[in-house]
Amino acid sequence: MTEPTKNTARRAQDRHAYSQLRRSWAKLRRNRAALFGGILILVYVVTALLAPLLFPGNPSAPNLINSLERPSFEHLLGTDELGRSIIGRIIYGSRVSLLIAVGVVSVGLLVGVPLGLVSGYYRGKVDFILQRVTDTMLAFPGFLLALALVAVLGVGLKTTVISIGISMVPIYIRLVRGCALSVREEVYVEAARAVGTRDRVILLRHILPNVMVPITIQTSLGMAILFAAGLGFLGIGVQPPTPEWGTMLGSGRVYLFHSPHVATFPGIAIFLAVLGFNLLGDGLRDALDPRFKL
Amino acid sequence: MLQYVIKRLLSTIPVLLGISLLLFFMLRMLPGDPAQVLAGQMASPEDIELIRHQLGLDRPIHVQYAFFLGRLARFDLGRSARTQNPVTEEIWARLPNTMLLAVVAITLACLFGIPAGIISAVRPYTWIDYVVTSTAIFGISMPVFWLGLMLVVVFSVILQWLPAGGTGTWRHVILPSFTLAAFVVAFIARMTRSSMIEVLSQDYTTTARSKGLKEQVVIIKHALKNALIPIITVVGLQFGLLLGGAVLTETVFAWPGVGRLIVDSILARDYPVIQGAILVFGLLYILVNLVVDLLYAYVDPRIRYD
Repeated sequence: MTEPTKNTARRAQDRHAYSQLRRSWAKLRRNRAALFGGILILVYVVTALLAPLLFPGNPSAPNLINSLERPSFEHLLGTDELGRSIIGRIIYGSRVSLLIAVGVVSVGLLVGVPLGLVSGYYRGKVDFILQRVTDTMLAFPGFLLALALVAVLGVGLKTTVISIGISMVPIYIRLVRGCALSVREEVYVEAARAVGTRDRVILLRHILPNVMVPITIQTSLGMAILFAAGLGFLGIGVQPPTPEWGTMLGSGRVYLFHSPHVATFPGIAIFLAVLGFNLLGDGLRDALDPRFKL
Repeated sequence: MLQYVIKRLLSTIPVLLGISLLLFFMLRMLPGDPAQVLAGQMASPEDIELIRHQLGLDRPIHVQYAFFLGRLARFDLGRSARTQNPVTEEIWARLPNTMLLAVVAITLACLFGIPAGIISAVRPYTWIDYVVTSTAIFGISMPVFWLGLMLVVVFSVILQWLPAGGTGTWRHVILPSFTLAAFVVAFIARMTRSSMIEVLSQDYTTTARSKGLKEQVVIIKHALKNALIPIITVVGLQFGLLLGGAVLTETVFAWPGVGRLIVDSILARDYPVIQGAILVFGLLYILVNLVVDLLYAYVDPRIRYD
């Protein structure tokens, strides 16, 4: 293929992708549920960014005189067993939860996407070995796999992110491999190979863009938040005094009978964040690929 | 059919070997000396040496793996570092409780989820469809442990109708199983809806209607039967979610199951029990998916001839 022909083909491809993106965006804007989900996430992101302005002071500093106070004007959502403002800890908790969600997905993508691409593109022995490893990992329910990894790696913020991230790797490998397998048979990939384009360029320029839509659809930040909150609740995730919603809920469980607000509000924070990501995720899926509609 | 069953059974062997390898390396991945970790901080060098010898840690790695496989084949998972009881005994004592919770929860989820999905699919984009789909997305987004706690607040603390935790009577089963089911029911309802909507637009459904068949017959006999495969798949996959959820639900309701055993063992760094309990959950998940595959062949005879 000559250089001008190559450029024309690339421009046509870009134009097609651009118009498809515009159609998807228009579709997404019309979806009220997705819009609501987007607004919820925006609220959380803004809260996380402006945390020191919204709640001046240290959210982890104990104040035992005020312990287990019910919601009032002074403490809008009440206080916990150590007298710390629950709203303050929820505000700072949004930083931790969003950080975990982004961290988990980054680990999943950074490990899963290259392995999936290599597995689907090169096939052969590498593919066989990677797929048997994936089979084994998928034989465990995701949360259990994360639990097993926490058992080995220990508790804490970093290990929470790594454990949940790794538990999501097999899902990404499978997804990307499936896409890579079908894309590698396309005429344009064959043409690129025929003109001597390097494998690395083919993988990055032709195959990777094609797997972006399924990856976006599959990216489950809500699930990451739920898993992290679950580990925190069990006492094997992020450790106190870091304000993490699941950890807050776990320690509030003890006071359920006389101070149910301690466990109630962090739960609502988790629920709304996960709802936001799920609604937006559903909307994205409908807008980007109607075949995945549930 | 028998040939299909044998083929499917054989296909689980590589996965089982993979699981054994994963569990084998789980102990070896621990920072420091696994024998020291198992023996505890107070153990004498002789005790540590004895454990090292008992676990075969003083032999070459491939011999260690063969030794590990041999023990697995005899269901010998070692002894708990906390109680010194055999791990199999610890697990078997709690497995029936977890299974009871899982079976009641999945039954409840199917009983509510499938009809809700059908109603939603039959009347798409009406108020009832919006109620079902909104409830489903709420269910998927709700942390199972928080829902459990809220049910305790309402039904145990305020109304005082049901016990907040423990086991013994059927009343103890209600709250934990509803909590577990709530999460799964949402997935089943969503999948039933989407699968039914697709089937209801097929030509054979139109033919059934044009023959003058009653709507109920069209939906149950013609549509649902064909929509079953994705529904069965999702029920099988949700069983895994249920096992993960059981860990959290059992902790909320102080339910003496394998899930709670895993959490207690992680907190106590009781590695033989963690290893054994995770192996049992993995095997259960494989078994359920095997049953799901066999159900496919029963529901759709074309599958077994492929």
